[in-house]
Amino acid sequence: MKRPHLLRSAASAGRFLRRDKKALIGSIILFVLLVIAAFPSWFTPDDPAAEVYNPGAGLSWAHPLGTTSFGQDVFSQVMAGTRQSVMIALVVGFLCTILSVAVGVTAAYAGGLIDDTLSLVTDVILVIPTFPLIIVIAAYTKSASFWTIVFVLVVTGWSYGARQLRVQALSLRNRDYLLAARARGESSWYIISVELIPPMTSLIVANFLGAALYAVLAAAGLQFVGLGNVNTESWGTMLYWAQNNEALSAGLPLWALAPGIMIAILGSALALLNYAFDEVSNPALRPVAGRRRRKAVA
Amino acid sequence: MSTPVLEVRDLRVEYSTPAGPAEAVAGVSFDLAPGEFLAIVGESGCGKSTLLFSIAQLLTYPAETVGGSVKFDGVDLTTLSPEELRQHRWRDISVVMQSAMNALNPTLSIGAQLADACRAHTDWDDEKIAQRSAEVLEMVSIDVTHLKSFPFQLSGGMRQRAMIAMALLLEPKLIIMDEPTSALDVVAQRSLMRQVENLRRELGFAVLFVTHDMSVVSHFSDRLAVMYAGEIVELGTTREVFDRPRHPYSSGLMDAFPSIVGAMKELTGIAGNPPSLVDPPQGCLFAPRCHFATDECREFRPELISVEGHAVRCHLVNPRVVT
Amino acid sequence: MTDAVLKVDKMSRYFRVGGFRSSGTLHATDEVSFEVAPSEIVALVGESGSGKSTIARVLAGLYPPTSGTITFEGEVQGRRTSRKVRGRMPMVFQDPFGSINPVLRVGHSLQRSLKLHRPELDRAARDVEAVALVERVGLLPGAEVLHRYPHELSGGQRQRLGFAQALASRPSLILADEPVSMLDVSIRIGLLNVMKGLRDQEHVSLLYITHDLASARYVADRMIVLYAGRIVEEGTTEEVIANPSHPYTRLLMATAPDPRLPLSHDTDVEDLGEPPKVINPGPGCRFAPRCPLAMDQCRTSTPAMVSLSPTKRVACYAVDTS
Repeated sequence: MKRPHLLRSAASAGRFLRRDKKALIGSIILFVLLVIAAFPSWFTPDDPAAEVYNPGAGLSWAHPLGTTSFGQDVFSQVMAGTRQSVMIALVVGFLCTILSVAVGVTAAYAGGLIDDTLSLVTDVILVIPTFPLIIVIAAYTKSASFWTIVFVLVVTGWSYGARQLRVQALSLRNRDYLLAARARGESSWYIISVELIPPMTSLIVANFLGAALYAVLAAAGLQFVGLGNVNTESWGTMLYWAQNNEALSAGLPLWALAPGIMIAILGSALALLNYAFDEVSNPALRPVAGRRRRKAVA
Repeated sequence: MSTPVLEVRDLRVEYSTPAGPAEAVAGVSFDLAPGEFLAIVGESGCGKSTLLFSIAQLLTYPAETVGGSVKFDGVDLTTLSPEELRQHRWRDISVVMQSAMNALNPTLSIGAQLADACRAHTDWDDEKIAQRSAEVLEMVSIDVTHLKSFPFQLSGGMRQRAMIAMALLLEPKLIIMDEPTSALDVVAQRSLMRQVENLRRELGFAVLFVTHDMSVVSHFSDRLAVMYAGEIVELGTTREVFDRPRHPYSSGLMDAFPSIVGAMKELTGIAGNPPSLVDPPQGCLFAPRCHFATDECREFRPELISVEGHAVRCHLVNPRVVT
Repeated sequence: MTDAVLKVDKMSRYFRVGGFRSSGTLHATDEVSFEVAPSEIVALVGESGSGKSTIARVLAGLYPPTSGTITFEGEVQGRRTSRKVRGRMPMVFQDPFGSINPVLRVGHSLQRSLKLHRPELDRAARDVEAVALVERVGLLPGAEVLHRYPHELSGGQRQRLGFAQALASRPSLILADEPVSMLDVSIRIGLLNVMKGLRDQEHVSLLYITHDLASARYVADRMIVLYAGRIVEEGTTEEVIANPSHPYTRLLMATAPDPRLPLSHDTDVEDLGEPPKVINPGPGCRFAPRCPLAMDQCRTSTPAMVSLSPTKRVACYAVDTS
């Protein structure tokens, strides 16, 4: 009786991925990017930081995407940058989700004053314009490390999910099976963790993907305006340097395009998976399979 | 002999399921005379609601009408285009759904919804719409001031009556009702049924009424059809079916009702479960649960055979003629 | 006279309604008093708004009463219901589709009940007991059923499971909140027979909450009729059915659909309205607006319960109590 739900989830996740094209494509892309992030050295023929090559070179076999103004290999840089972006997506996604679940579910379950307070905090943070807030916080903290960016993104990104999850928890809260759990004497902790949260799994996963997507785009944005550590390798910093050196007008469009396209690819993978999970939690969104064209025979 | 208002012949509906097509309605045929009240009774999953929706041409994926005909006043509805169907909808046939709270738009007033229905099917001006709306509300004993009320402001019984009012707007010949009383309390239920009965006598429309609780219709319907696993297994006048049910399933159902009068006796209900609609038994669909089933029952599917106006689908009642 | 398992004394439960600044109080139940003896099925009969579900939920410990005393197995209950009492007085819910967690296996909640309330059993003993419990309520084969997910059971099977679960904690009284209302009529009998079996063989009492007089008659030893939060009539089942004293009880009897009654029995009972929402009520009988026998006295003062026989009581000024 202990772990059936997880095993069942894994099995049904497998079936689900095979059935839904969106989920399948998204997973494949994500998987490829994860591999690149985990083993960048397999994909970087040249040292990404080494400024030894012919600067401003066009495409060639040695440099499939050309070189930067500093003489770095664009392809290697883009591959190396994968790790940071993927890490930010996953870490921020994970932390945001934890926070959203904690706040949203607690607010819904506790009700009353606790709910009012938590909802107020959630709504205030939700309403504050995110990007300016990010910039202000990032500029204020001055240090531009990976964890700073994570911190900034989590602080600004959890509230949307918290709201969504609160609403779903509220709708589940009055289901009889929760009352039944209370009636048989279960503790609140048990009820929340075993009876309330598991049926919310698909929404929680969808939230995670949404937060990860947000993180990718927001992190790239921050790094692009120079608020990240410009000396690390990431797609956002590539964009920063490319912009600063006027890559487009200098005839080195790939320097800017390559990281941009990678961001788009990771974003799309997350978005595809997100749509697919939305359909799991809301069957009304599922696509209608092909109809048979038999008409009633009079 | 006037044309029946409704002639259903061999209607078949299938649901697409991951396990294959499930035959929810397996060849249903019956006639409905003008002004007649026919009740269709059966357990959940017997196909009665599906049958109703199929007749009203309201089925959507994954359900699909795959055979048979539905003739309204001689016109086969299954062959009509959506635009042609629209001409019939509400004017000739209207529908009262199961739960008024779900069927009524919670954000519009009753008056607005009545007006909506009028505008969709007629070209009446505002004055005529207002006049007719007031008329129908009065018919169902709802105070006219409630035209401005929202559904949540009305009680359950009133909401259901509002649905009936809406169904009466264009004086249809046939009103289809899908368990309209199941969400109501006993007293409200009785009140609603009597209202429907009075209106029917006065306006002369026919009623096709689906329910799982036959005691609700027992005093009001002219004829009763018992449905099981997508087939009609018995069809006759209400009194006949109640007093002398011939099909084993019907008599099992009658026995499953505790009564508030008469001697107390131990009741047992019907053991077992309805058959799979994806992979139904070869012979009689009720045979697996039937105390009287013979080998013949298990091998051959019985036909619905009518004797003196009472139709039964059972080999034991209407023995098979072997040629 | 054996001690009552449950004694409810002038229990009321009010809810504040209407939002932040309103002072509306909904009197869901008002000064309700009744008893349940061992091995007895008592039916609480009423329509929506009668307060029957509220009574069940207060007894199940889902919220405390606003006033009044509840004495269970001789002990007066405080505001918080102890785990022991929750085990001895469990609840079976109405909705077969909402009362079981859809993502957990069917045996899960049963095992939890056993774990919480039967600590003397070890893991192996619990497994054996779980199988015995589901088979007791007619779900066979037990081990296989426990392994299924809720969507693989029918409505009737789920409700049986609800009773199995209630039995797990060795209760003396089961609160059954409309356990058959959402089931098909042909399935109800099975559940009603299970309930009778629990009384006769396990000697468990049941508080059967319903709006259906016929099923109440089939299972209950005694009946309590509720209207708008108050008890209006009480007595043995046969007494109440054969001789309904209160006008509301008579209305219920007359409108209860029963196909066996001949057509002419469909008496001309004019329905004069629906049960009221009792918000900030004044004195007076709550049925007066609908009552064919209402007198001035009925509107100005609330009738008290008066005994008509050692077992029958009614709250109505129009009833001859001599």
